[in-house]
Amino acid sequence: MTQGVQVAGLYVQDQDEALQFYVERLGFRVHTDARNGEYRWLTVQHPDQPEFQLGLFKPQPPTVDDATAKGLLEAVAKGAMPPLVLVVEDCHATYETMLARGVEFTQEPIARYGSVDASFRDPSGNGWKLVQAR
Amino acid sequence: MPASPSPEFAMAKMAAPSADRDLKLLRRLLRARDRMDAAPHEEWPVSRLARISGTSEAYFARSFRDAFGIPPHRYLLTRRVERAAALLRDTDLPIIEIALQTGWNSLGTFGRTFRDVTGESPRELRQRMRAMPGDLERVPHCFVRAAQRPDLRMAVSEKRRRGSGDTTGPTETEVP
Repeated sequence: MTQGVQVAGLYVQDQDEALQFYVERLGFRVHTDARNGEYRWLTVQHPDQPEFQLGLFKPQPPTVDDATAKGLLEAVAKGAMPPLVLVVEDCHATYETMLARGVEFTQEPIARYGSVDASFRDPSGNGWKLVQAR
Repeated sequence: MPASPSPEFAMAKMAAPSADRDLKLLRRLLRARDRMDAAPHEEWPVSRLARISGTSEAYFARSFRDAFGIPPHRYLLTRRVERAAALLRDTDLPIIEIALQTGWNSLGTFGRTFRDVTGESPRELRQRMRAMPGDLERVPHCFVRAAQRPDLRMAVSEKRRRGSGDTTGPTETEVP
């Protein structure tokens, strides 16, 4: 077995919307989509990274109370969550593809510091940096 | 974008849909902030920002401050100063050129505002930054820049007034 990080998750406002975004617009694959009552364990995977799952989780009772859930989602919608980086071979090409699929870019590709980077957000407000591998 | 409902209206509705609307409003405010981030050298009157967020101007100004803890024009100022500081550190561009590239119309206003916000002149900051070791090289530069953004908790005019012991009040008003 390989040791290491297996799942890291994001908070999303709407799991259906997030699933559609990460799969149809970013090209991720669904790894697990399991429901238990109101609870839904949803993880997606980058096609080149079979050992890592990105969780798309909705903060909700009973995991957290309603007020906390609201606060967490507000933080996401305000762009206050920690940095996320997606590494790609060709930033310009990926930018064009994702833009055509309706991804909301907050910064066009800029060549600097020996690389090229762009920025986009998911529908909930999670911010991603799209960085070209050096 | 549809106009936002008044807070009173939102409060009167059921908890869940109103929470949903609040989140959508925040997301639209973030969109306006993102647009400033992408082009801080441009002019960002409240009318332009409100249009992006789909709100009235008065509602935008209040909501933005509530959401991000700082009025929109002051937020823009922090981004301009941040960008100017990055250019001072990373390039050999003349200071007048940096001033013009980051949204100021004159070297005088730039130098004064920069000093008021950061506590040092553009030239001093350039010299100090270059003397620092580059231990942040492994951190993506955008996050480094965000971390070094000035924390502007009061109006620049207020900061200037306090700093100089001047009690006559601001000599110029911040404009968005």
